[in-house]
Amino acid sequence: MFYREAGIFKTSYAADMALLPAPGARWSAAAFAVLFVVVVPLTCGEYALTILNLILLAAVGAIGLNILVGYTDQVSIGQGAFMSVGAYTAANLITRLNAPFWIALPAGGLMAALIGTVVGIPSLRIKGLYLAIATLASQLIIQWTINHVPFISGGSEASIQVPPPVVFGIKLQSQVQMYLFLMFFVVLALVAAQNLIRSRIGRAFIAIRDQDIAAEIIGINIFRYKLLAFAISSFYAGVTGVLYTYYLGIANYEQFELDVSISFLAMVIIGGLGSMLGPIFGAAFITLLPIVTRHVLDSVGGLFVARADLANFVPSLRLAIFGALIIFFLVVEPEGLNRLWRNIRTWFRTWPFSY
Amino acid sequence: MLHGTPRNLAILAGAMAGLWFAGAANAAGQKEILIGAQCDRTGPTQITGVIFCPAVQDYVNLVNSQGGVDGYKIRIDELDNGYQVPQAIEEYERQKQEGMVSTLIWGTPQAEALNPRLEADHIPGTSPGFGAAAAANGAKYPYLFPIAATYWSQAGAAIQFIKDKLGGSLKGKKIAYLYYDNPAGLVPMPILRQLQQIEGFQLRTFAVPAPGVEMGAQILDITQRYRADFVVMHVFGRAPAVALKTLKQSGYPMSHVIGFVWASSEADIKAAGGFQMVQGYNTMQFAGVGDNYPVDQQIIAMYKKAGKPPPPEMQSSVYYNRGILDAALHIEAVRNALTLTGGKPPTGEDVKKGFEMIHGFTLGGLLPPLDITPSDHEGGGWVQIFQVKGNGMVPETKWFRGYRDIILKTVNASS
Repeated sequence: MFYREAGIFKTSYAADMALLPAPGARWSAAAFAVLFVVVVPLTCGEYALTILNLILLAAVGAIGLNILVGYTDQVSIGQGAFMSVGAYTAANLITRLNAPFWIALPAGGLMAALIGTVVGIPSLRIKGLYLAIATLASQLIIQWTINHVPFISGGSEASIQVPPPVVFGIKLQSQVQMYLFLMFFVVLALVAAQNLIRSRIGRAFIAIRDQDIAAEIIGINIFRYKLLAFAISSFYAGVTGVLYTYYLGIANYEQFELDVSISFLAMVIIGGLGSMLGPIFGAAFITLLPIVTRHVLDSVGGLFVARADLANFVPSLRLAIFGALIIFFLVVEPEGLNRLWRNIRTWFRTWPFSY
Repeated sequence: MLHGTPRNLAILAGAMAGLWFAGAANAAGQKEILIGAQCDRTGPTQITGVIFCPAVQDYVNLVNSQGGVDGYKIRIDELDNGYQVPQAIEEYERQKQEGMVSTLIWGTPQAEALNPRLEADHIPGTSPGFGAAAAANGAKYPYLFPIAATYWSQAGAAIQFIKDKLGGSLKGKKIAYLYYDNPAGLVPMPILRQLQQIEGFQLRTFAVPAPGVEMGAQILDITQRYRADFVVMHVFGRAPAVALKTLKQSGYPMSHVIGFVWASSEADIKAAGGFQMVQGYNTMQFAGVGDNYPVDQQIIAMYKKAGKPPPPEMQSSVYYNRGILDAALHIEAVRNALTLTGGKPPTGEDVKKGFEMIHGFTLGGLLPPLDITPSDHEGGGWVQIFQVKGNGMVPETKWFRGYRDIILKTVNASS
């Protein structure tokens, strides 16, 4: 975390290409791994784990959206719909064919990627806000389709119940088990995204983001890479939908409506567009903020008025504070929480002799 | 001042800690039962919540002011989930950690998402007027209690009501079903189709797409081309007001319109232009309307004793009384559970059994003659029709239900 690169010499190509080149980075990564995989599950109670699980779920989707919005600069407000595609694909596979999780997860992702590619086609001609509206249309079309095709939506209320995933013969039911299950996929998603961005594909995405005409002139196939960005991002969304379905035990499209798409976009923007840790910070921020503000309001407000009267103003006040804090953080650091984190890191790196 | 700041902080911290301990000691010294409540005063369903939630609080205060339940104070912990599933999960876990014995759920997706947890944790939850209609089956959904007429029962009752209004036979009559195009709007379809076969009426369905603020084309179709004999309305949010207004403008007789339970509040009628605009409109209710019930009067008296005017929310008596219904059934279940445990603090499992013992508990007619059993968590599927007359709503029928055998058959077939 707080280490210096000075004095580290890379003597082989392998060392140069390593994901974590500095020994300090490797140590801190290992420390974080121990913290999150060993210490947290052993020490945290069920309630804390529930919150962590919600953050992990949001993180996968946000990492995926960041590839599209942050690295390729294609605005999408259809992430919720792609999640529902993944969720219903998996739910149908699980309930009809008894599919295990290692089939349901990629299948949900692939189906979402397929639909996402189709939705991405307008991006070849339109950009920015216009593209956002086009993806908004996809959100509505997908919702309508799920609602009106009983083959997809199952019985009444468009809900399909699914049994918990079975891993190595263990039914994952408790929060700890779900936490480890979700954590595995968050790490997978993060490492995959990091490597993707370092590859030829990732460099093409960044070139398109920075100046798409220039990218085309230097020989990048815009058609291919824009659609690929949509496909990959939707794949992540689909997987998120499947994980969400497993976590809740039910697929229901009202869990993936427009406000979900918008809150994912908010996570990516607040976290920091085009950064690896940004979406995770954003997911944690957007998930935690309403919870923390309410706990604070409950305990501080509880000193002045009765608990029952709190209910009269806490919900509305919480929304106002939520909005205000988002504005505050974006004004303090327009490049998002990730940049804020890096500023803190840089400051401590040279502390106490910063000159 | 600068030097004093840390000291001031220390004093403040000490005071806060003291208050904290005082509160904890107080809670420990008192016999108390915690009921968790999710209730939205923000988000898309806040129109209902701002009336419903205070009613829940008022009823709990009333019970506590009368000495609680068998010496136990009832504490209701109300949290707002903003109609979002992740927040509903977090709040459920928070209240579970605090030791709640039952929970008031808010919202259909939330009810569906919480149901597996209710089963795992053995905590009963109520979903009055929303959630899956199949949840009426207590064998399939052991810890979920719809406690009010589901959309299936509402459909059955609506057709029964229309049949009585149109002179006892529906043969060849034209019924229009105007519905919000979402999963909830589609739920009554199987019942309507079955009844169409049995009664031999014509049925046409008219979907209103979200957000349901424009339905001129559908209403024109219903009134001018299809020429419906009766309109059944199953819409939510702002849509009921728009539907009523548009029907009125096209000259359709409002006495031939019946609205399902979420199209039936004073707020909907006021937004449509007021009671005078929709004279004769039939509203379906799963709790009584108006403030003449003894329990409403007791709440007014409680406010008066504290030197306060009656709660303004009571003006919207439809949602207010529904809030009382939800809270009252929880407390009645706790009361039953206490008789089971012999006065020891009940567990969620006891309260679940307490729910299944509720029988003949009507709060002076505000609640229907519910009969909740281990197999029937709907309590019979009772509704009452109130008609708009003058500047209010008057009962048009007694508590009744329609085609109960067919509803039950569908409930059992779906599970």
